[in-house]
Amino acid sequence: MALVWVAALALAILLWAIGSDVAPWAMKYPRDLIIPLKFWISDLMAWLVEDATFGLFTFTELTRGISWLIERPYRLALGLLSHGLLRGQGSDAVQILPPLSWIAIVATVVALGRYTKDWALAALAGGCFLYLAIFGQWQSAMITLASILIAVPFGVAGGLFVGLAGYRWRTVERVIRPVLDLMQTVPVFAYLVPILFLFGFGPVSAIVATIIYAMPPMVRITILALRGVPDDTVDLGNMVGCSQRQMTWKVLVPTAMPGLMVGVNQVIMLSLNMVIIASMIGAGGLGFEVLASLRRLDIGAGIESGVAIVVLAIALDRLSQALANKIPPEHSEAEARRPLWRRYSYTSACLAIVMVTGLLGLFAGWVQSYPEAWAVTTGSVWENLVTWININFFDELEAVKTAILLNVLIPFKRFLLGLPWIAVVGLLAVAGWALGGWRLALLCAALSLFNVAVGLWAKSMITVYLCGISVIFACLIGIPIGIVAAERERLWSGVKVVIDTLQTLPSFVYLMPVVMLFRVGDFAAMIAVVAYALAPAIRYTAHGIRQVDPQLVEAGIVSGCTRIQILTKIKLKLALPEIMLGINQTIMLALSMLVITALVGTRDLGQEVYIALTKADTGRGITAGLSVAFIAIIADRLITAGAKRAKTRLGLE
Amino acid sequence: MTETRSKLICRSVWKLFGNGAEAFLRANPDAASAPTKIAEAGLIGAVRDVSLEVREGEIFVIMGLSGSGKSTLVRCMSRLIGPTAGEILFDGQDLLKASAKEMIEIRRHRMGMVFQHFALLPHLTVLGNVAFPLEVQGASRQDREARARDVIDLVGLGGREGYYPRELSGGQQQRVGIARSLAVEPELWFLDEPFSALDPLIRREMQDEFLRLQQMLKKTIVFITHDFDEAIRLADRIAIMKDGAVDQIGAPEDLVMRPATPYVAEFTRDVSRAKALSVGSIMRPLGNAGARGDYAGELTADQKIAQVAPLLRAAGQPFAVVNGTGEVIGELVRDDVVDILMDG
Ligand SMILES: Nc1ncnc2c1ncn2[C@@H]1O[C@H](COP(=O)(O)OP(=O)(O)OP(=O)(O)O)[C@@H](O)[C@H]1O
Ligand SMILES: [Mg+2]
Repeated sequence: MALVWVAALALAILLWAIGSDVAPWAMKYPRDLIIPLKFWISDLMAWLVEDATFGLFTFTELTRGISWLIERPYRLALGLLSHGLLRGQGSDAVQILPPLSWIAIVATVVALGRYTKDWALAALAGGCFLYLAIFGQWQSAMITLASILIAVPFGVAGGLFVGLAGYRWRTVERVIRPVLDLMQTVPVFAYLVPILFLFGFGPVSAIVATIIYAMPPMVRITILALRGVPDDTVDLGNMVGCSQRQMTWKVLVPTAMPGLMVGVNQVIMLSLNMVIIASMIGAGGLGFEVLASLRRLDIGAGIESGVAIVVLAIALDRLSQALANKIPPEHSEAEARRPLWRRYSYTSACLAIVMVTGLLGLFAGWVQSYPEAWAVTTGSVWENLVTWININFFDELEAVKTAILLNVLIPFKRFLLGLPWIAVVGLLAVAGWALGGWRLALLCAALSLFNVAVGLWAKSMITVYLCGISVIFACLIGIPIGIVAAERERLWSGVKVVIDTLQTLPSFVYLMPVVMLFRVGDFAAMIAVVAYALAPAIRYTAHGIRQVDPQLVEAGIVSGCTRIQILTKIKLKLALPEIMLGINQTIMLALSMLVITALVGTRDLGQEVYIALTKADTGRGITAGLSVAFIAIIADRLITAGAKRAKTRLGLE
Repeated sequence: MTETRSKLICRSVWKLFGNGAEAFLRANPDAASAPTKIAEAGLIGAVRDVSLEVREGEIFVIMGLSGSGKSTLVRCMSRLIGPTAGEILFDGQDLLKASAKEMIEIRRHRMGMVFQHFALLPHLTVLGNVAFPLEVQGASRQDREARARDVIDLVGLGGREGYYPRELSGGQQQRVGIARSLAVEPELWFLDEPFSALDPLIRREMQDEFLRLQQMLKKTIVFITHDFDEAIRLADRIAIMKDGAVDQIGAPEDLVMRPATPYVAEFTRDVSRAKALSVGSIMRPLGNAGARGDYAGELTADQKIAQVAPLLRAAGQPFAVVNGTGEVIGELVRDDVVDILMDG
């Protein structure tokens, strides 16, 4: 093993030193060997849209059908929440029913909070929605909420059905696993273009993209939750003579419900994460506001809308979590005998408020919609804060930025870009072979070779450089925090709240303060990525250390270890596999954020995808997207294999 | 005793886990006598060549240590899993040849099962859980709830219909499991270690409850346990399993008095014989006492010695032993009982 490593490294170094003279093709992949994959994909897309047919109907008809299926309920939701139910088209439309009043919606949310948990949650959720009204974000927020309300059921139902199929048929599962891997690693920007082609610019495209983005975890969680149903319970279903369908809907799904609800929460959170990106292809609402302000460099307005997304996310997250953890009701004899409206007292109360405020709203405008005059804006506060920071700390910030750029970022980038591609592919293959055998070696070689062959090598290396440096910083910050927090109960619960909240924030939100403080460029991108990817490094480290068997620690104390020795020789050692998985997660998050930082002017694969999006170039976007996905998959497989080896070596498995 | 007919017959039933199990059995017809071959082929012999019959109306206990294949055997009997080879006859019908649809029908109306870990559906109340088998059959809400209330009363849970499983103790949860399996009035009733997850005191109470129910219902029962004391308390006949094969089948006293293998002997050695032996097995033929008046009292043949011992302490006279129809068939002498009690 060691010998192979030494040989491979020696070869690589040799190549690096003298390669440019003897074998220029090893340093720079020859231009005429580049596979024109992006053109093929674009042609395929054109064929799909223009010619493809399934016999009974054409591909375009299929997409129109899907469009219709999504558009109808979306219009309804939008009407209820935002502009009322209309009759007629365009500007001659007449409102036949006003939208739900803001009071009714806040009241509904409060009732939901009380119903799913307690008054504290009711206050939190109600407060969040009140915030939206008071800070003038109501209209946009309702548009966003409408698209979430449509995307989530589609995502949940789709995920559930695919998951059920995967549970029932092993072959289906084998097929969907790699597809899910791709769906979760290909950057969203990459599939926005084909969706644009198929569904046109508008809310439907945005919802489709959201569904695709938010569904994979639901599929995985469904399969996991169904597998978790106790064998006895499945046997019971068979023994009482359930048909397939009864088994699914009366036994499996209800028993797996708590697990499935976790999936629902995931879908909601991912949908919210997509809000801003979706606005690039026609979703209005808060995302659009953020994006527009970012483009205008109107920091104040951008932050206000960004915070509104966060507030909405927190409210929906806590509500759906409470729903997932809701303790089912106690038995109650009287329940069945009560009149209907008392049995569903929350629903009745909400309906009553909806009707009363609806009627009142016809006469008093402030009941119907929150008056603009009462709205508060904090835009100027943010603006002033940023100006103040920039005036007072400009030099310091600039100095830090320049120092890190010159001493760390640029040399690292130069080094990576100078590596011969053959050496990198070869070393990856050797690493794969050492950690997981020849299959993994083949996978690593093939996937990295793809990036070379489609002519994206330089951009891939810039991606690796930015991602790598960000992950290193995230680990340098996150792992120590995790270590310190793991041992202190109070501190850990505080840290947990912070990282939970960090993870609810849509990735775009991280960009704003960074842009304000550091403007554009690699450094700004790196800071945003580090901030976004920090949470798993902390979480997994702390988790890994906390789950070390206390008996082993006691054994260490008994044999006279010092605190430091216990930490380094026992805890960290045993937590290593978990920490590696944390690093893996950090890398995945960093890569997904990296694509978004293209907006602040990086020159990596993210930029390639983003340019493709602005030029509506399907082939280019998907090719670059696949490149990102392959980098992610290589990293994931290598680290997972490494963690597994570490686990076996430590006897944890 | 009149000969009763067989409800369920297993003939050379095999269940091997692992790839190529069927091919292996076809290639090695002698596998039963060469257990090492199975492991060498990389297979797990969970059930090996088991033949037995369960008679109508009896409590047939399958007993063995953990991993001996009891659950697998029962799951084969109810065809929750398909045996690798063999024949399973239920009222003369070969279950292995039954179609999926026929199996659903048989399970819906003629079989019931109680599970070790209760397997209650968490989202349904007691009433909903007990009515569940009927709901699956498509019975109307009224019918199924009326029937469910009846069985809930039967197992002593009346008044708790509206409770959710998590609001009940382990013993109560298993009562729900029992009620549910009885809701369809099964002919054949499987219980897979129904009381193993309960505390010893509750277990005892549930065994009494179970015997009370069986007195009323007279089902054909296949009962699994790994507790020999439980087995001899409940069983009409016991099958002892070891490593997937049946070592011996017989009435409790047979196993205690005439163990067929060293393994069975080992098992029964520590068992108090007074608990295993019935009055009928040690009674003497009718002596010269003749008239009933000379006896100290009457005992039935199926009572266990441990149960009747306290009565004999005071009595000077032997007891009359009667069979199920009240006919005197023998007499029980105090010295015989003392011998057995001394043996431990
Ligand atoms: N699905 C399966 N695949 C492989 N092996 C199995 C499977 N189910 C059971 N076995 C094996 O078959 C053997 C018998 O298992 P079984 O569950 O029938 O034992 P048991 O007597 O019911 O034990 P317990 O008292 O623990 O319930 C065990 O060695 C078990 O590991
Ligand atoms: Mg078992």
